[in-house]
Amino acid sequence: MKRPTALILRVAGTNCDLETANAFKLAGAQAELTHINAIKSGKTKLLDADILVIPGGFSYGDDVAAGRILANELKGMVRDIKTFIRSGRPVLGICNGFQVLVKMGLLPHNKTEAQNASFTWNDSARFEARWARLRINTHANCLFTKGLPEMIELPVAHAEGKFVVKAPKVLEDLKRTNSVVLRYVNEAGEPAGYPYNPNGSLFNIAAISNPEGNCMGIMPHPERFITRYHHPNWTRQTFHKEGIGLEMFRNAVLHVQN
Amino acid sequence: MPTQTLPLSSLELTRATVKELAELNRRYGWSLSADELSAVQAHFRSESREPTRAEVETIAQTWSEHCKHKTFTSAVRYSDGKKTIRFKNLLKETVFEATQKLKKPWCLSVFRDNAGVVAFDDEWAAAFKVETHNHPCAIEPYGGAATGVGGVIRDVLGVGVGAKPIFGTDVFCLGTPDYAGPLPDDVNHPRRTFSGVVGGVRDYGNRMGIPTVGGAIHFDDDFRFNPLVFCGTVGLMPRWAVEKRVMPGDLIVALGGRTGKDGLHGATFSSAALDDSSSPAAVQIGHAIAEKRVLDVLLRARDQKLYRSVTDCGAGGFSSAVGELAADCGAKVRLENAKLKAADLEAWEIWVSESQERMVLAVPPKNLKALEALCASEDVEWCVLGEFTNTGKLEVSFHGEPVVGLDMDFLHDGLPKKERVAVWSPVSRPSVKKSSGPTDAAKVREALHALIGHWNVCSRAWVIRQYDHEVQGGSVIKALQGTQADGPGDAAVVWPHAATGKLDDYRALAVAHGMNPAYGRIDPYAMAMNAADEALRNLVCVGADISRAAFLDNFCWGNPEDPKVLGGLVRAALGCKDASLAFHVPFISGKDSMYNQYKDAKGESHNIPGTLLISALAPVTDFRKAITMDFKAPNDLLYLLGWTSDELGGSLYAEWLGKPLEGRVPEVEPGSALESMRALSAAIGKGLVSACHDLSEGGLAVAAAEMAFSGELGCSIDLDEVNRSKEVDADEVALFSESPSRFLIEVPADKEKDFLKATRGQPLKKIGTTLANPVLRIISMDGSLLIEEGLDGLKSRWNNRMPAAMGAQFKNGRKP
Repeated sequence: MKRPTALILRVAGTNCDLETANAFKLAGAQAELTHINAIKSGKTKLLDADILVIPGGFSYGDDVAAGRILANELKGMVRDIKTFIRSGRPVLGICNGFQVLVKMGLLPHNKTEAQNASFTWNDSARFEARWARLRINTHANCLFTKGLPEMIELPVAHAEGKFVVKAPKVLEDLKRTNSVVLRYVNEAGEPAGYPYNPNGSLFNIAAISNPEGNCMGIMPHPERFITRYHHPNWTRQTFHKEGIGLEMFRNAVLHVQN
Repeated sequence: MPTQTLPLSSLELTRATVKELAELNRRYGWSLSADELSAVQAHFRSESREPTRAEVETIAQTWSEHCKHKTFTSAVRYSDGKKTIRFKNLLKETVFEATQKLKKPWCLSVFRDNAGVVAFDDEWAAAFKVETHNHPCAIEPYGGAATGVGGVIRDVLGVGVGAKPIFGTDVFCLGTPDYAGPLPDDVNHPRRTFSGVVGGVRDYGNRMGIPTVGGAIHFDDDFRFNPLVFCGTVGLMPRWAVEKRVMPGDLIVALGGRTGKDGLHGATFSSAALDDSSSPAAVQIGHAIAEKRVLDVLLRARDQKLYRSVTDCGAGGFSSAVGELAADCGAKVRLENAKLKAADLEAWEIWVSESQERMVLAVPPKNLKALEALCASEDVEWCVLGEFTNTGKLEVSFHGEPVVGLDMDFLHDGLPKKERVAVWSPVSRPSVKKSSGPTDAAKVREALHALIGHWNVCSRAWVIRQYDHEVQGGSVIKALQGTQADGPGDAAVVWPHAATGKLDDYRALAVAHGMNPAYGRIDPYAMAMNAADEALRNLVCVGADISRAAFLDNFCWGNPEDPKVLGGLVRAALGCKDASLAFHVPFISGKDSMYNQYKDAKGESHNIPGTLLISALAPVTDFRKAITMDFKAPNDLLYLLGWTSDELGGSLYAEWLGKPLEGRVPEVEPGSALESMRALSAAIGKGLVSACHDLSEGGLAVAAAEMAFSGELGCSIDLDEVNRSKEVDADEVALFSESPSRFLIEVPADKEKDFLKATRGQPLKKIGTTLANPVLRIISMDGSLLIEEGLDGLKSRWNNRMPAAMGAQFKNGRKP
């Protein structure tokens, strides 16, 4: 079967590109690390790829606000990106990538495609790296989380991870369309406060998608849990044969192949 | 157009009197000694000309303590009352000599490049460097720490033809954050210094995408004037990239950040004592994303073999970088080609500016086009500064006007050498031991509570969680361990093949540290031996192969012109040599920082306690067999490996008693220690150990408590079972002594037989069991129950100390 091509977008300050590429390789894709200049110059065509990823990092140092500068830069190729999404191909924004998708107005989905949500500073007012318990919305239509267990764990590492919306309706729409994919929860699977919700996100939101479920933004890092040895407690547990994060990349590959 | 460099001729250096030379030295901030000034004068007299300012600046940077390590490489006459030792070169005859004697074939590049390099496997090598950035952090903690991280990352980028940084470590020595004593106006409060340096490491390291996986923090109020900040980076490089060479005709290409007025005189400023006139302008300004761009371009250019040699612009800027690369050939530099941040830089400023994020490459002319295209594709600026020559001269011009014309020989070997005097006078110390009689259980409990919440024991999670310690996907044994992922791990293990994509290769690298200045106050020799022992203990605890361990040294001392201060330094260097030879672990690189001294308004000098940090790197043959320190199951057996003596000198318990300078400092017997460590490593490798933690500050009591609350399982320990010397006749000594080379080991009952077989002949004793009941139960030597403490209380003391002092506040004043 054809190995789908995953285009992993690089800019100054991207820093999760290699492990994201590794995850896609393990999942059966061909991973292409592509600098934004190659797309701007026409050397690489966005629409030639099967999967589009905006990986984690500090694009342009997160100057102004996290993901803001890259979001503005990508507006120059927003038509291609929209075409990509409308074609049903998987689009994944991880951490900084999620911040970019939100600041471009592509997530949460809305007709005007204006920015209707944002990320602000964690309630703890500092960068935090920790593992979070997450509950998957089993009613969500998201291609990335298909078939995953309802309760999973993934690491988060960010300073500006608190998801906020411009108006209550934005959250209502997300709920109505089952577009909230992951929520931060406690051991019992219930939404809970800090440190379970590491940043104070509205509605404990950790990941959302478009209603069609092919474009997902996720604050935690699935690429950092692709072997069981990534889990902070693997020396006392035997439950995972491999990292649960890998399943998300596999789902993207399977989606293209089917 | 910048104005022409002001020649010094108007100052007539060659005709200046000794007093006038000293005045020039002070005015221009060269930090040269009287001997050095007269050597410079003699040199230019012999050339019958006046130097330019750029020339004297070049010499001052090159000869600075910071760049030349002139204390450590000087001749020293050392006497300790009984014997006198004369060193021709202290470094060569101590630390370096041990490495040469050990002749490890896997040491690929030691003490000659920007970092030490060891083989990792047939294809890859690991580079390791730890730098200090003490003086800048005293003045501007955030910027100092950030550029400290940036600098050591460039060291690793600039070793051989470049290594990819795969993880970082950061170690601090600071005043206590809740220090309430007096402070001069120009000194930052330790709390501010602490949050500043953590912030600097965090913001630079996180932005670079290099995980900060390990470190250590030592709090002692004698670091309040001069904090110590050690930044380490480990890089991975193909073995072919270890060697570098410059060919005459190669172009000198500067790549990365622009050159500005920031960080003028950083090298010379770091070679002097601080006082209230020390200026923040000597501290560079970091820009992590500029460096990330450089990293992205450089490693791609390396793999396309576009350049032959590279080094970073650190202290001394272009003058040091070009001077170093051209040391064996010569160079012609045209400063007007440099890309500048502002147009008003004078030639000497361009030449010595320490602006960050710059690398200097030796590029064969035929490759320039390809390099240019690569830089353009990644938005990185570059310029051709000049070319390497075969003249043996460093020739620098600015718009056609010569500004430097120095012989390489004079620049690199012209530094006058002098023999320094070092003295050590041993002091006899009374024992800390209490008077005999039954143990006062209330006192023991009080001590345990104090020690578990002591600044030098308490949880570092507040720091660690601000560092992205998992980026690059290689952190397989993390600094925080246990059921709640908050227990204090001994060492971090990183899987380099997460970066190479060879995901079925489970070889990994473990990194750890050893450092305790409290021991050094009593005897720096013992401090060195203990630091080596501790670093190795920590590696053993996670299952690393210490037969392939490598050490890095970082010496931070006060004013070495004081013979007593230098005496301590010599003892520590001798300790390093002896530890290295006895443990069979070579030093592969190191760094020293002198003049960690503060002159107060009354002119009184405050030296830091002489501090040696030993960092250790070792391979883990298969990280899937690595272990962590948290108790894993109830009713497992607890073994104590090692011998306990009355060694409370420099211990936390002695400090708690108010007797920090009394008692015998822990004495390492490296021969037997190494045997024990090897046996324990073998047992861990066979899967016979489920948790292991070394005994360090706070001794057995603290180690047992940490293992218990990290695994949320209790334990019962019988002090009468502890292997001990006769003088250990009190429970407190058995509980709190800091005797070295000891480990607390959890062994499942069904593996006991095999475990004992694997460790036969070692000083090993079963001292208790793990319990389902979450308590720390200690049985006195007399058989009675000494204490039984709930783990929750101990853990909250341990957990809360730092966040409480650092005001872990929430935005909007609320917890979400």
